[in-house]
Amino acid sequence: MFSLSSYRQDWLGNIKGDLLAGLVVALALIPEAIAFSLIAGVDPKVGLYASFSIAVITAIAGGRPGMISAATAATAVLMVTLVKDHGLQYLLAATVLAGLLQIGMGLLKLGFVMRYVSKSVMTGFVNALAILIFMAQLPELDPARVTMLTYVLVAAGLAIIYLFPRLTTTVPSPLVTIIVLTALTLFFGWDVRTVGDLGALPDSLPVFLIPQIPLNLETLTIILPYAIAVAIVGLLESLMTQTIVDDLTDTKSDRNQECIGQGLANTATGFIGGMAGCAMIGQSIINVKSGGRGRLSCFTAGVVLLFMVVVLGDLVGRIPMPALVAIMIMVSIGTFSWSSIKALKTHPRSSSIVMLATVATVVYTHNLAIGVLVGVLLSGIFFAGKIAQLFRVTSTLSADGRERVYTVEGQMFYGSVEDFMAAFDFRESLERVTIDVSGAHIWDISSVQALDMAVLKFRREGAEVSITGMNAASETIVDKLALHDKPGAMDKLMAH
Amino acid sequence: MTNKILALVDGSAYSHSVCHYTAWIAGRLSASVDLLHVLGRREGSAGGDLSGALKLGARSALLAELAAQDAQNARLAQAKGRAILEDAAAIIEADGAGPVTHRLRQGDLLQTVSELEPEIRAIVIGKRGEASGFASDHLGSNLERIVRSSKVPVFVASRLFKPVTKVLVAFDASASTGKAIARMVDSAVFRNMAVTLMHAGEETAAMRTRMEEAELALRAVGLKTSAEFAPGEPEAALNARIAEEGFDLLVMGAYGHSRIRSLIIGSTTTAMIRAVKIPMVLYR
Repeated sequence: MFSLSSYRQDWLGNIKGDLLAGLVVALALIPEAIAFSLIAGVDPKVGLYASFSIAVITAIAGGRPGMISAATAATAVLMVTLVKDHGLQYLLAATVLAGLLQIGMGLLKLGFVMRYVSKSVMTGFVNALAILIFMAQLPELDPARVTMLTYVLVAAGLAIIYLFPRLTTTVPSPLVTIIVLTALTLFFGWDVRTVGDLGALPDSLPVFLIPQIPLNLETLTIILPYAIAVAIVGLLESLMTQTIVDDLTDTKSDRNQECIGQGLANTATGFIGGMAGCAMIGQSIINVKSGGRGRLSCFTAGVVLLFMVVVLGDLVGRIPMPALVAIMIMVSIGTFSWSSIKALKTHPRSSSIVMLATVATVVYTHNLAIGVLVGVLLSGIFFAGKIAQLFRVTSTLSADGRERVYTVEGQMFYGSVEDFMAAFDFRESLERVTIDVSGAHIWDISSVQALDMAVLKFRREGAEVSITGMNAASETIVDKLALHDKPGAMDKLMAH
Repeated sequence: MTNKILALVDGSAYSHSVCHYTAWIAGRLSASVDLLHVLGRREGSAGGDLSGALKLGARSALLAELAAQDAQNARLAQAKGRAILEDAAAIIEADGAGPVTHRLRQGDLLQTVSELEPEIRAIVIGKRGEASGFASDHLGSNLERIVRSSKVPVFVASRLFKPVTKVLVAFDASASTGKAIARMVDSAVFRNMAVTLMHAGEETAAMRTRMEEAELALRAVGLKTSAEFAPGEPEAALNARIAEEGFDLLVMGAYGHSRIRSLIIGSTTTAMIRAVKIPMVLYR
C-alpha cells in the first residue's frame, strides 16, 4: 500500500547516513560503470550516463529504499553480440524495450515468480556473475597485450583496497587506489593503458535522443530476444538484491513496485543514450554497510556520479586500467558466495548440482537468463523426484488366496506413476482385486490414467476390480486448492 | 461486531490522557480495551564504515553485525515497551474500565493497526508522538496516517484529561460529517450530552435544513442540541467558540479531499487538529 508519509520517510528518514553512503557508492560506481561499458563493448559514457539515470529513477520509483541500481555486468554481458553485430543504436532500442517489458511484468505482478527461484539457483547466479566479472578483466591481463608493470599495479591496487581499511574506514579504499595509481602513473610517465584509451567519456550532461533505428519488424526481431533476456536477468538480479537488502535491514519491500521502477529506469535510460542496468548486489551491500537506508542514498550516488564525471572528465580519462581491474577483482570477490563452496560438502547433492549447473551454464553461454532457467528446471525435477519417494503400495492376500487388497498411500503424480504400475503383480491369478486409494493424493491426469490402466490390466487377467476411497483421493486433482468451496480440504491433504 | 477500543500508547506526554480517555469511552460503551505499543522501524543502525571495500563473505559478516546491533536495541526497546504497556493498563484499570489486553508489536504502526481493524470499534491516539518534542505546531507523524487509513472513528486525545459533557460538531456538507452524525445517534458515548452543531461559513437555507435534520436525529435519541453559524476562517471561528463556551470535545469528518489536494494546498483537517486544544473525534 502506498503511503505518502512513509514515502517521505524513505527519503528523509536518514539524511546524514544516506548522503555519506551515496557519496561512497558514487565513487565505487564510476569505475564499475566504466568497466561494464567495456564489457558490453561501448564507450564508457554509455555506462556512466546509464548509471546516473538508473540510480536516480530507481531511487524515485523503485520499491526498495537503500538498494543501489546502475549499469551492471549481468545486463552488459547479454548485449555484447548485439553491439558487435548491430551497433550502439540497437543497444539503446533494446534497453528501451527491456524497460517496457519490465514495466509490463511489474503491472502483471510477476514478482511472485521469484519464489520458484530456489536458494541454490540464486547462489549459482551470484557465483556465475562473479566469474563473469572476473573473466571480463582477463583481456586487460593478457600477457600478449600488457606489460609486467600492469601486474604490479593490479597487485598494488588490490593491496591498497584490502589493507587501507585497516588504517581508516572513513575514506573509501577503492578511491584511494584510483588516486594513488593515477598519481604514480602520471608522475613517472608509465606506459599503461588508461580509461581514455578505451572510448569517449561524458563531456556534458546527457540529452534526450531517440535511438536511430528503422522502426520495422526486422528491427524488432533483432532486439526482442536481447530485450527479453535483459528484462528477465535485470529483474532477477534486482529482486535477488532486494531480498538481500530486505534481510540486511530487516524490512519488507514491494517486489512489483521494484519491477516497475526498474522498467521505468531502463526505458528512460535508453532515451538518454545509456545502456540497460539493474540492481547491484555488491554496491547495495556497500551502501548498507556505509549507513545508507533510504531512497536518498541511491539518488545521491547517481547525481554525484554524473557531477564528478562531467567536471573531472579529463582526470577520469587518465585513470590507469590496472586500477580499474583491481577494483573489479574486488567486486568479483565480494560478489562470489564463498560459503557456497564450503556448503558443497554439507548440502544435499541435488542442491549442489543445481548450483553448479547454473554456474556452468552461465559461464558457457554468458547468459544469466539461460543459467537461471536451467537451474529452475533442475530444481523442479529434483523436487518432483523427492516427492515421488513419498509413495508406497502395500498389499494383503485374503486367506483363501482369491482376493488381494492393494493399499496405495502417498503422492500420485507423473513422477510416481512408474512406481505405481510396478507395484502391481498383474500375473497373479485372482478373483477379486481391491485398490484402496483413500490414503493417496491424485495430483494429475497421468496418475488417473495409470489407475485406469491398472484396472484394465487386472480385468484382462479375469479379476473383478474395485477401487475404494476414490473420492477422498481425487479431491486433490484441482489446479488450486479452492478452500472456500471445500471446507476441510486442507485438513484432508495434511492428514495423510 | 466486536466491542473493543484500541488505544495507541507510546510513552509520550499524551499517553496518560490517552489512557484516561480510553477508560472513559470504554466505560460508556462497556467495551474492552486493547492497548498497543509498536516498536518502530530501526533506522541506520550500521554506518561509519565508509571503506567501500568488499571482502570475502562481506554479506554474511554485515548481516551478522547488523543483526547483533538490532538485537541489542530491540531488547532495550522491548523492555521499555512492556513497561509503557503495563503502566497504561494500570491507569485504565484504576479508572475502572476493562478488561484490558495489551500487545507489543514490531514494525510499522499503520500496518499493525490495519491488521487489528476488523476487531475494533474505535481508535484512541495521542495528538502528538514521543519524538515530536514541544513545538506545538507539529503533529505526531503517525496521526494523519492512522486517520486517513482508519475505517473506524479515531479519538485524538489532548494533553490533559477532562470528562466530556459539551460536544461541538464541526458541521459541513461532506459525506463524512453525515456519517459522523449517524454514528453519534447510534453511539452510547454521546448519551445525555449537550451537542452544538456549528457550520463555519455563511448561513444558507440548504445548510440550515441539513442542520435541522441532524438536530432532529440527535434529539430523537435524547441529546440536547443547538445549531449556529460562524462566518470566517474555520480554525479561528471554531477555536473562538471553544474558548467561549468551554466545549470538551470536537467532532468532525476528516480528510474529505484527496491526498494530491492536501499536498498542494494543505488539509483543513490537519490544520484543525493542530489548532484545536481539546480532544477530537474524527470520522472518515
